[in-house]
Amino acid sequence: MAGATRRAGAAPWLLVAPGLLAVGLVLLVPIGVTIAATLATPDGPLAPYGAFLASGFRRAVLWRTVETALLTTAAALALGFPTAWVVARAPGRWRSLLIVAAVFPLLTNTVVRSFAWMIVLGREGLVNDALLAAGLVAEPLALLYTQGAVVVGLVYLFTPLMILSLVGVLEGIDGDLTDAAASLGAGPGAAFRQVVLPLAAPGLVVGSVLVFTGAFTAYVTPALMGGTRQTVLATLMYQRAMVSFDWTAASTIAALMTAITLAVVLGMSRASRRLNPASG
Amino acid sequence: MRRGPHPALIAVAALTYLFLVGPIVIVVGAAFSDTTFLTFPPQGLTTRWFANAWETTAFRSTFLTSLQVATLATTLTLLLGVPAAYALARHRARLPPVLATVFVLPILVPEIVFGFSMLRSVSVGAGVPVFPALVLGHTLLVLPYAVRVTAASLAAFDFAAEEAAISLGAPPLRAFVLVVLPNIRGGVIAAFVLAFITSLNDVSVSLFLTGPGISTLPIQLLAYVEQFFDPTVAAVSVLLMALTVAVMAVVERTLGLSLLAR
Repeated sequence: MAGATRRAGAAPWLLVAPGLLAVGLVLLVPIGVTIAATLATPDGPLAPYGAFLASGFRRAVLWRTVETALLTTAAALALGFPTAWVVARAPGRWRSLLIVAAVFPLLTNTVVRSFAWMIVLGREGLVNDALLAAGLVAEPLALLYTQGAVVVGLVYLFTPLMILSLVGVLEGIDGDLTDAAASLGAGPGAAFRQVVLPLAAPGLVVGSVLVFTGAFTAYVTPALMGGTRQTVLATLMYQRAMVSFDWTAASTIAALMTAITLAVVLGMSRASRRLNPASG
Repeated sequence: MRRGPHPALIAVAALTYLFLVGPIVIVVGAAFSDTTFLTFPPQGLTTRWFANAWETTAFRSTFLTSLQVATLATTLTLLLGVPAAYALARHRARLPPVLATVFVLPILVPEIVFGFSMLRSVSVGAGVPVFPALVLGHTLLVLPYAVRVTAASLAAFDFAAEEAAISLGAPPLRAFVLVVLPNIRGGVIAAFVLAFITSLNDVSVSLFLTGPGISTLPIQLLAYVEQFFDPTVAAVSVLLMALTVAVMAVVERTLGLSLLAR
């Protein structure tokens, strides 16, 4: 080993250098420029943020984006946790099949996946056809271009990520542990809270962070299923950058999105270490 | 004898899978519908929307661009990512651990922010033309996959084998190609597949980088859906899904799909 270390010399650095250079020049510098542009403006530092928050419309967009992402995360947890539990305990063949069925939508284009819901929720879509045929409504309901539609579309997009994040940790929870808890007198609720939940915490955190940040920054689904009535930060940023060519406003939104995303990622990974010290 | 999951949990799981698979079935059905509007279940059966999709020059040319961008970006990203992953695993003691985080940054930064920043600094600022800018953007977008999936398979590799080859006189590059590469082949192929599909499907970065005359298929599809609502989109979607299935089948045949679920 000593010989190898001596021989290695600068080689390790030469091998990582091209990749580091690419990340620096193509990713970090451009994003740094975008953020710097919002800090150093003629009107003083942070002025664009004041301007952003001064508008009731933009505050509403910011809040709608956070709310939509929170609702999406909650729904993905509600669907993903029981599903991942069943997948983790399914017999071998079923387990692989169920995992493939969760991976496939992830590999399908987001435009395709959002557009599928337009067929379901549109004015002449499946849901309205069924409601009209059943005589439950006299007129087709306006289901698309609502916050509910955007949430459904995002839950559809991100539930597979939640399932895949949870299957691994749930498989690791030995059935003997829950049986032991039960035989020691813990009801199903107590066993879940005191045994399953702490052990599943790392997967829950990873899944929730992936779903929240994905939903928070998603563009296609809000654009197609929410339209202009359900503007979110991503669609507002696109509109400012590519329609009104207001790069300062677009950069401000970009910086806000980046800051909130990083805060959630760092905050949650810290919380996860507190929840489960062994995993940190 | 252990009890299986509670029936209520199985019911939720079954509904969730219906929710996940249903829309895909609907798109496939709608693509064969003999109507000028999108509907499900299909009314009549026809393949004319597939013919229409093929005859729509915009779809054909953007598909070609997408394939070119994905091929170039994935190749570039492997050239950057595999040596980096190798160095991070092989010379762990000599490189600061923070470097591994740097290679994950493209996942941490919102894609749409990256796309806009590239437009601002690389396309407009540095005057890089549309096509190379797209390739660069996609290369960075998929770099974390190349590094992490390769790193995962390197974690299981015993570098003593490479050491042996080198001490027997093999030059380092030859030792890498003959000893290391065959052992991490699965990881590199999985990285290629994941990166290729991710690039092929990308919207958020391409959204800002496509320009007059050069667009990618997902961007063209998005523009089409915003204007028209006929089964042509469904047909294009089915073709894209077929491509994904084909790629997954190849991976399954050669390596097993567990690689992708990791």
